[in-house]
Amino acid sequence: MTLNGWFQILLYFAVILLLTKPMGVFMARVFSREKTWLDPVLRPVERLIYKLTCVDENHEMRWTEYSIAMLLFSAVSMLLLYLLERTQQWLPLNPQKFAAIPQDLAFNTAASFTTNTNWQFYTGEQVMSYLTQMAGLAFHNFTSAAVGMALAVAFIRGIARREKDTLGNFWVDMTRATLWVLAPLCVVASLVLVSQGVIQNFRPYDSVKLVEPQQVQKVGQDGKPVVGPDGKPVMEKVNEQVIAQGPIASQEAIKQLGTNGGGFMNANSAHPFENPTPFSNFFEMVLIFAIPAGFTYTLGRMTGSQRHGWAVFAAMAVLFFVGVTTAYWAESRGNPLLAGTDQQASTMQPGGNMEGKEVRFGIANSALFATVTTDASCGAVNSAHDSYTPLGGMVPLVNIMLGEIVFGGVGAGMYGVLIFVVISVFIAGLMVGRTPEYLGKKIEAYDVKMAMLYVLIFPLAILVLSAISALTPSGLATLSNAGPHGLSEILYAFTSGTGNNGSAFAGLGSNRWYNLAMGFTMLIGRFLMIVPMLAVAGSLGRKKIVPPSQGTFPVTTPLFTTLLVSVIIIVGALTFFPALSLGPILEHLLMHAGKTF
Amino acid sequence: MSGKDSKSKSLWDTKIVRRALLDSVIKLSPRTMMRNPVMFVVEVGSAITTVLLLKEAFAHQPGFGFNLQITLWLWFTVLFANFAEAMAEGRGKAQAETLRRAKSETVANRILANGNTETVSGSKLRVGDLVLVSAGEIIPGDGEVVYGVASVDESAITGESAPVIRESGGDRSAVTGGTRVLSDQITVRITSNPGETFLDRMIALVEGAERQKTPNEIALNILLAGLTVVFLLAVVTLQPYAIYSGSPQTVFVLVSLLVCLIPTTIGALLSAIGIAGMDRLVQHNVLAMSGRAVEAAGDVNTLLLDKTGTITLGNRQATEFMAAPGVSNDQLADSAQLSSLPDETPEGRSIVVLAKEKYGLRGRELSANQAQFVPFSAQTRMSGVNFDGRVIRKGAVDAIAKYLNEGGSVLPKEVQANVETIARSGGTPLVVAENNRALGVVHLKDIVKGGIRERFAQLRAMGIRTIMITGDNPLTAAAIAREAGVDDFLAQATPKDKMDLIKREQTEGKLVAMTGDGTNDAPALAQSDVGVAMNTGTQAAKEAGNMVDLDSNPTKLLEIVEIGKQLLMTRGSLTTFSIANDVAKYFAIIPAMFAGTFPVLNALNIMHLATPQSAILSAVIFNALIIIALIPLALRGVKYRPMSAEALLRRNLLIYGAGGVIVPFIGIKVIDVIIRSLGLV
Repeated sequence: MTLNGWFQILLYFAVILLLTKPMGVFMARVFSREKTWLDPVLRPVERLIYKLTCVDENHEMRWTEYSIAMLLFSAVSMLLLYLLERTQQWLPLNPQKFAAIPQDLAFNTAASFTTNTNWQFYTGEQVMSYLTQMAGLAFHNFTSAAVGMALAVAFIRGIARREKDTLGNFWVDMTRATLWVLAPLCVVASLVLVSQGVIQNFRPYDSVKLVEPQQVQKVGQDGKPVVGPDGKPVMEKVNEQVIAQGPIASQEAIKQLGTNGGGFMNANSAHPFENPTPFSNFFEMVLIFAIPAGFTYTLGRMTGSQRHGWAVFAAMAVLFFVGVTTAYWAESRGNPLLAGTDQQASTMQPGGNMEGKEVRFGIANSALFATVTTDASCGAVNSAHDSYTPLGGMVPLVNIMLGEIVFGGVGAGMYGVLIFVVISVFIAGLMVGRTPEYLGKKIEAYDVKMAMLYVLIFPLAILVLSAISALTPSGLATLSNAGPHGLSEILYAFTSGTGNNGSAFAGLGSNRWYNLAMGFTMLIGRFLMIVPMLAVAGSLGRKKIVPPSQGTFPVTTPLFTTLLVSVIIIVGALTFFPALSLGPILEHLLMHAGKTF
Repeated sequence: MSGKDSKSKSLWDTKIVRRALLDSVIKLSPRTMMRNPVMFVVEVGSAITTVLLLKEAFAHQPGFGFNLQITLWLWFTVLFANFAEAMAEGRGKAQAETLRRAKSETVANRILANGNTETVSGSKLRVGDLVLVSAGEIIPGDGEVVYGVASVDESAITGESAPVIRESGGDRSAVTGGTRVLSDQITVRITSNPGETFLDRMIALVEGAERQKTPNEIALNILLAGLTVVFLLAVVTLQPYAIYSGSPQTVFVLVSLLVCLIPTTIGALLSAIGIAGMDRLVQHNVLAMSGRAVEAAGDVNTLLLDKTGTITLGNRQATEFMAAPGVSNDQLADSAQLSSLPDETPEGRSIVVLAKEKYGLRGRELSANQAQFVPFSAQTRMSGVNFDGRVIRKGAVDAIAKYLNEGGSVLPKEVQANVETIARSGGTPLVVAENNRALGVVHLKDIVKGGIRERFAQLRAMGIRTIMITGDNPLTAAAIAREAGVDDFLAQATPKDKMDLIKREQTEGKLVAMTGDGTNDAPALAQSDVGVAMNTGTQAAKEAGNMVDLDSNPTKLLEIVEIGKQLLMTRGSLTTFSIANDVAKYFAIIPAMFAGTFPVLNALNIMHLATPQSAILSAVIFNALIIIALIPLALRGVKYRPMSAEALLRRNLLIYGAGGVIVPFIGIKVIDVIIRSLGLV
């Protein structure tokens, strides 16, 4: 670890800290339908949208109607994306003449983008037309983020409202999230990215002559290296490289801001066209946390307890620093198997474990990016998590296992952490000798039931599907590593899918089992969890508010922050420790004993 | 009963323990266990390992001794949980038995329509029947005295041996079946049918026969069931990962891991905590009609306290004589004493006492022919004495002023001024006049109970607001409120005002507790969240409230609140402890499971447990023994100290959260050393 590295990490956190209040205030105004400076331009657009879609913007929805509207919207838009993928060969903006996406992959991708996961079993620049990327994938990048924000606002309203049956209007929340927050920020962010060299065009792919022709293994039609009669791999000489093009800058902004993470290119934010400079890298990381961090302030403002908002922010900040410190420490320590080699950071080299990392980012910015992208449900990557040291690679995995509540996905992080708040308040609230109360709302059997359902679905999907994969031939077929590392790859895939993160540990190939299982687990991790979450919100909204007193459970103090952090860690750790002990932990111990996989 | 002696009863009364041991085996019936999802899972796990063990017994496989021990300890875990519940119930059952003795078959003298009586069995009485009860007889059922007055021994219910007076009319008319009339004769109208009497309800309550889970207990059970499912998932899916890693586990080990992880500690003690909470109330001589009421007591935000009897001693006392100009204090004291000698009211007696203490005036005998006592009447609102040519009257200022006017004189300005000073300070001025001349004022003062101010300060620290209810005027009320340190007061309160206040507090989301004894308190008692009726009160009040205080001590509301809080705190603390325990258990069991295949995993064996077998067995034994170790805490409750929620939370998190992480590391290590030295593995 270097001073310079720490300086960049702290600078990053400082920028997030500064952005939290303005973002939070702005979003609180937007969702409370108060006046903002963008109103003169956007109000007419908004009204027109409601007119065309016959939405009554003053209609308030109960949690059930809110859920149904959200589910219907997601189902229809998922179907549209599926159809677009299946018909792209007949549609415009397809200069590379890409064919239709196969059924199971198209399903997987549709589920992936609808759920804000952006798990990519495809290679963007090799199969998706520009139209599919823009009208299909980027469209979902906006809407899935807007849906998440709407849900978080609905939950916050449930906490804030007193004896009210309704949580707001899904269509209005989603429209306002898109028009006021996502769209304007993306316009600005795209321009900033273009200034750094991110490309934006509709050109066919370039083909260039290599300065230095390469000898590479010949790869057959089945994707496997061709082996000659002598048992040795067949080599071929490559003189030319195809360089993918496309409207990347506009995709890149929403990919980060909406914590989507689905890259235009397979290499995602490691690709120089997506993320060319250290500044663009820094900027992209800021985009990931901008909305989720702001939501903590929105929470405080809308519930009338700003200090509670900051207490939640503090809990997230603690978990963020634990993660980034561990990852940075593990990666800069280097590889013990290369003892004797100089792995020290110096002016000549970044040092540490540089395998799978970009030289222009180095250890600090790779570890930071990996932490941030999994703290949030983004899943964009600028380095290969698969190539991290076992402990370094465990950080992103654990971040997702904790439920992506360290700032978290846009909206999803907020309602995810609030479920943990409800559970923390319930367990510890009893210890002050009262029926647990959260900001004046009594937490009762129904709320606990729904919160536990939310908590339960997550490990259910991850652990069961991983267990099936670890035992079945189709689950093991596309595994590129054996031993504990292989188990980590399986675990990571289902954790990332269920957590709607979308980052990949890589090393796990696509096949029919994974396409379908991952597709379903993404849907489970999103929608099966949202419904009980909204049920809690609906139930909270109907309750009376008990005025705070000396005897009220404190949710604004450092003690509460400590409690929340402990509950998050303990619940996560207790659930996943057995699996982790056979994956990354075992791999770490074996590596130090000199054994790798 | 019960009440008083059970306080001295030790936690481990041999009779109760013996019975609890038997009950814990009876409770193994799956139908009983199903009510407790956590322990049911343990029982199923134990059953599975038992079946496998029986199969192994014939196969002569290695590791039989280890598997046998695991199986035994799993059963012990279930038994210990049942034992905890049986212990809590046992204390109630012992009390119920004493009560039943009071319920022995009684004989009643039913009054017939023609005025004659017939002798019938007590169990034949129905609501509305009139019975005659004479000295020495047991009152055959709950009822209301409609004629007569008697002293009654209620020790069977309250444990209090001093007899109480029961008389027709007023607020002391309720009698309870099973109590004994000591003197005189009363006519009682029966108000409840056999099987529904107070005694019957009390027996059912302390026995826990009607025990239903309270709302918070249900919520906690859901949380525990949810956690159990999470751990079931973690353990069931661990086997595929273990197979993938080439290190499959035996069912014994997997069940051990599962049982150690699921929250068995709190699961085992949860119902015992609830029963013990009710039991603690009974020990304070309070009967809660439902567990829900006990929980609500912990949540109370506002206490409505009657001034008289709760905040102040029941009666005012004379504290000062303030003579009119030209009158000496001795003169005033003399007249005041004379007028009060025949006055049996506490105020009257206090004047006599003050005159004696301050002015050395001894009590005099006033024979009936010398003196004529004028009792207080609603018309004159004065009392006094005509003695030896002296006409002495004392009364409220307006009554005396009117009396003087009629006689052609006026109240001196100075006396009027004194009256106002006293009223402003919260006292009651009593003007004394003799032969149509005002002598001065006696200062009657409400005496605030000792220590009550501190109690209110504690309540405030706990976030509970106290409101004093009084019929006094606002000026007097404000002064006493200030002296007692209550947060607010309701002066000149009518039953309707009281009701409105409760409703207003409740619309703000607050929970209200109050005490009451009169029939006119009944609606407010019913409206309040915790309504404590005094046992001396009317039947209507007792029906309306959800608790009855057998000692009829309104200050007990404070203890009731504390017991409610203690109940919830005990649940929360043991839940936290139970979950925190899991960390150590993971570090014991996970390395033990896989160290055979992957010796490097011994790095996680931070307790340095001797062998994989000893590690797993130690964790299972610890998990079982901790239940027994915590039974006293569950029954007695976590110690409650009045402090702010923040301070309480910090304290309990430290003890039960951090402690819960550390204790099992030590405990498991110690057990490991012991079982190694005993050569058990």
